[in-house]
Amino acid sequence: MKLFTKATLLIAALALAACNNPREGEYESAYGAGAGGISSTALGDPNDPTSIAYFNETIGDTVNFTVDSSDLTPMGQTILRTQAVWLNRYPEYRILIEGHADERGTREYNIALGARRAARVQQFLIAEGVSAGRINTVSYGKERPVEVCAEQRCWDLNRRAVTAVSR
Amino acid sequence: MTQFSRRPVLSLLAGFALAPRVALAQTPLRIEITEGVIEPVPYAIPDFVPENAAGGQYAAGLARVIAGNLSGTGLLREIPANAHVGRITSFEAPVQFADWRAINARALITGAVRVDGQQITVKFRLFDVVSGQQLGDGLQLDGRTDAWRRMAHRVSDQVYQRLTGESGYFDSRVVFIAESGPRDARRKQVAIMDQDGENVQYLTDGTALAFAPRFSPTGDRILFTSYETGFPRIYLMDVATRRRQVIGDQPGTMTFAPRFSPDGGSVVYSLSIDGRTDIFLLNIGSGQRWQLTQTEAIDTAPSFAPDGAQVVFESDRSGTSQLYVMPLQGGAASRISHGQGRYSTPVWSPRGDLIAFTKSHNGRFHIGVMRTDGSNERLLTASFLDEGPTWSPNGRVIMFTREEAGGNPSLMSVDITGRNLRRVPTPGPASDPAWSPLLP
Repeated sequence: MKLFTKATLLIAALALAACNNPREGEYESAYGAGAGGISSTALGDPNDPTSIAYFNETIGDTVNFTVDSSDLTPMGQTILRTQAVWLNRYPEYRILIEGHADERGTREYNIALGARRAARVQQFLIAEGVSAGRINTVSYGKERPVEVCAEQRCWDLNRRAVTAVSR
Repeated sequence: MTQFSRRPVLSLLAGFALAPRVALAQTPLRIEITEGVIEPVPYAIPDFVPENAAGGQYAAGLARVIAGNLSGTGLLREIPANAHVGRITSFEAPVQFADWRAINARALITGAVRVDGQQITVKFRLFDVVSGQQLGDGLQLDGRTDAWRRMAHRVSDQVYQRLTGESGYFDSRVVFIAESGPRDARRKQVAIMDQDGENVQYLTDGTALAFAPRFSPTGDRILFTSYETGFPRIYLMDVATRRRQVIGDQPGTMTFAPRFSPDGGSVVYSLSIDGRTDIFLLNIGSGQRWQLTQTEAIDTAPSFAPDGAQVVFESDRSGTSQLYVMPLQGGAASRISHGQGRYSTPVWSPRGDLIAFTKSHNGRFHIGVMRTDGSNERLLTASFLDEGPTWSPNGRVIMFTREEAGGNPSLMSVDITGRNLRRVPTPGPASDPAWSPLLP
């Protein structure tokens, strides 16, 4: 309940800065570990503070970046600290950090840029006490936008790192 | 054009006024493709003469494929059959040049075809209409009927070579990424097709995201990057058997942006670990690996010089993405791009003289070329998003991906003078083209 109160204070800020990624299950099914296999992950009850849904929606699974940058914004650092508290409380979850870029760059560079963003988040979470052994990183470059439009507002949301948790 | 252009000798002179890059009629017809704006040279290609009944079904098709290739260069312009005065009814009969001069044709291609069972025989000749001379010798091609389009491409290459003095690029293929589905859950398959967009085949099934396929120097193998394991990995595939293997894999890293060495025995690629991206060289046979760059920056998109001695790549070590050349035997990388904006995806021309690249500046993306020392930068295209150039086998044409704002990506080609921007036909949205060498 203590966590819930803290998270509630963050909700307004999170709604402004972060784009929640409700498509966690989709990533899992399309690109989950295991060659070609489809894996499924139960998302649980969003009111259950131990659930993936709670992490994704209430803690906030996403931090955003400015153009061509992998620097964590103050808002991003706040979200990641909250993520770390949750992740340290529930060590049974494995963590995959997905780095993403907007579409305004070339394919290869964006893969590398997404890798750099994911690594930055990984380093931050480790510094906040999350065990390095729980964390993997992957970059999707510009291949998996969360919002599709040829405008700044979409590019702003697509420059992101998503902390995907699974049991 | 003037009214006296119908008279043969004057049409020759008028031809000069129109097409100054075409050499004198006393010397063989020659198109200088290194020059700037050219008035396309008019030519005629009547349906090939069927030498037996079975050959009849290919008579028009062969001529159409060849005309598509030649007119597609922008260097030549076909005079349509309904404007023809003359008729070619026999491949061996003397050509009535006056009939072709009368319609202002500068070049004439005649051909014949016969089919015996599964065997097809194609013959062609090329004439300089103005001088009334044959250009090169008549040529006969024999093969299986299912290779008829390739034979038409071979003829096209011969015609191109005889007219320009440069080797052709028509008997070649393109690997690319066929895209489908919504943008935020895109399906991306490796596909292969003839250079003119025909004979599309899919090399991967699309269950895993794949991108940036590259041909081996002999065209029989490809490299691409796929998320089959959930992480980007480099795959080496034999095109004929579709057999594939992961190469350069290293646990805890991401590997991508592969390209073959000119001898086909090694691969340069990028490896990301802990947010750093460096360039590595892998010997495919031995598995031995060398790290070619070691910086905190992003070093990616490596491409070999044709002599195998140098690699051009992009790096943001200076703060923004720029192009660098490094000797393979060690030594410092030197920056070659110095203009405003960001430079990426450098690709060394097969002729060795130019490097093609993607440039972004002021919110626009360009395909450009520069000399290998970075001088003489020229931008060939501009759009919302142009990226990923690949060279035709003769180094005269560049294919790339274009995406308009809010639109689907498609393949485009442009020649290195910046002329003749064309869309390359694909069955659906397409990206990441890579051109093969001329087929053996």
